[in-house]
Amino acid sequence: MEPVLAVTIGILFAAAIYMMLRRSIVKLVIGLMLLSNAANLLVFVTAGLTRDAPPLVPPGMSMPAGVVADPLPQALVLTAIVISFGVLSFAVVLVHRAWEVVRTDDLDQLKETDT
Amino acid sequence: MNPAVTLPLLIPLLAGTLSLMAWRLPRLQRWLAVAGTGGLLLAGSWLLHRVWQDGILVVQVGAWPAPFGISLVADLLGTLMVVITGLIGVAVALFSLATTGRGHQAFGYFPLLHLLLAGVVGAFLTGDLFNLYVWFEVMLVASFALLILGGEKAQMEGAIKYVTLNLLSSVIFLVAVGLLYGMLGTLNMADVARRLALLQGDGMIEVLAMMFMVAFGIKAAAFPLFFWLPASYHTPPVAVSALFAGLLTKVGVYALFRMFTLIFPHSPGYTHQILLWGAGLTMLSGVLGAAAQFEFRRILSFHIVSQIGYMLLGLALFTPLAVLGGLFYIVHHIIVKTNLFLISGIVHRLRGSYRLECLGGLYRQRPWLSVLFLVPALSLAGMPPLSGFFAKFIVIRAGLEAGAYGVTAIALLVGLLTLFSMVKIWAEVFWKASPQAGDTPPAVERGELWLMMAPVVGLALCTLFIGLYAGPLYGLAEASAEQLLDPERYIRAVLGPEGRGTP
Repeated sequence: MEPVLAVTIGILFAAAIYMMLRRSIVKLVIGLMLLSNAANLLVFVTAGLTRDAPPLVPPGMSMPAGVVADPLPQALVLTAIVISFGVLSFAVVLVHRAWEVVRTDDLDQLKETDT
Repeated sequence: MNPAVTLPLLIPLLAGTLSLMAWRLPRLQRWLAVAGTGGLLLAGSWLLHRVWQDGILVVQVGAWPAPFGISLVADLLGTLMVVITGLIGVAVALFSLATTGRGHQAFGYFPLLHLLLAGVVGAFLTGDLFNLYVWFEVMLVASFALLILGGEKAQMEGAIKYVTLNLLSSVIFLVAVGLLYGMLGTLNMADVARRLALLQGDGMIEVLAMMFMVAFGIKAAAFPLFFWLPASYHTPPVAVSALFAGLLTKVGVYALFRMFTLIFPHSPGYTHQILLWGAGLTMLSGVLGAAAQFEFRRILSFHIVSQIGYMLLGLALFTPLAVLGGLFYIVHHIIVKTNLFLISGIVHRLRGSYRLECLGGLYRQRPWLSVLFLVPALSLAGMPPLSGFFAKFIVIRAGLEAGAYGVTAIALLVGLLTLFSMVKIWAEVFWKASPQAGDTPPAVERGELWLMMAPVVGLALCTLFIGLYAGPLYGLAEASAEQLLDPERYIRAVLGPEGRGTP
């Protein structure tokens, strides 16, 4: 399962960077979304995938028996998903506001603050 | 739970929550702004006192033992940064009382200010890599919102660049954290450092080191990655600019110091060499960028970049004296740069412009303000009786001792060019005759002006104090450099004497 996910992550990163290099601001935001999804998926996969072995302690014992899935990456990825969701919703609103103020969807037009 | 360590985190979070609850009571929010930042400064000073006496203090959150839970670690570097954060917080809060308009306050300026400070302090005190990521995001989200407060065209353009590049840096950081976890199965910084020391010769370590360097390099605005900073820092309200200029990039610098002394100190021939070149080019490109600018805040923004180079130079040389110099430089720079931005705000309030060609004649009108500008400006350039002189002197001396003559020459040249920039501002804003003689600037009330002047005077006094009596700060920086270059102490403080908690 890991190789499939690894390839998927690679494709997601490639697509994200391609989208970020386009001139349109909307595509830039789509690129950012793909990028953060790729990163989240990567964090999820890094510790390896263990199927059908939840890290539960059976009654009467002090530690789980046998090999269990590592719960920590899942906790990390949950946090990361929430953070990226919040930040990306901000980015979407920002792009909308920016379009209302600047009236362009072309990154090359945003050069007033450049030097 | 050691209250000394947790208080600096809890105070801004609590102040932020309370000012959110006081959404419709602007007067209460203003009081809370001063009380919260003042409390942060006091709590930080108390923590510094404790850490100075007892050594590194550690709090295991939720009483989970070290590598499993999240540790809060207060060592001298982190604590020193917390105290400076409190100082800048107080200065900016006072200044905001005078300059923040009703519109900005209605959109939650003060709650965001507290949350930003909470994120910054959390990043300084955490001992866990993923937790560091979370604090960075807290800080970033608050800074995004502060950056676009007001919603002008330039702010939107600046914000798109700022948001994009900072998100990119966060993603690189997250990926590096994920890969590190896959490799070691731990994210506690002390535990990571201990395990990486046993695991030398793996090529993956250098890959990870470079990923962290790029991620924090973007946040610190180091050489090839700094373009977002001069494109955005001159757009928001000036109090926000001053806060960002003083603190945000320095959080990136702090993270680089932490990473490359604690976790990746093992192949300085590779990583620190790259940092060294990055530092030299950062100094040079920043100062040359500033030379081409004719707008008050844009000049200052480019000088942030060039000054970051000196701090990174201290880290990259990686000798005790150099690291000491880097730390001294961070403290000096935060105070001076915030002060310069605040002064640009006063000038804008008096004359209604940041463009050098529209300004002039302020020396005749406000001689005291001119003197107050000269203190941080000459300190930034490194003139002898002021704090910048000692900061530059230590770094350059460390460079000569380490035999890095090329970079040291750049550092000296950049000092000269900084002086050129500061003199340019002096001549254009204060010395030359006012361009329009009959122009009446908007009236400023006396109380408002005093409120704006108070933080400027306070920070200028800090600069003078560090310059005339550098001993205490030097001792502090020396002790924290010692701590940084001996990661064993940090590891033992977090994991216990024999490194308990190996799974």
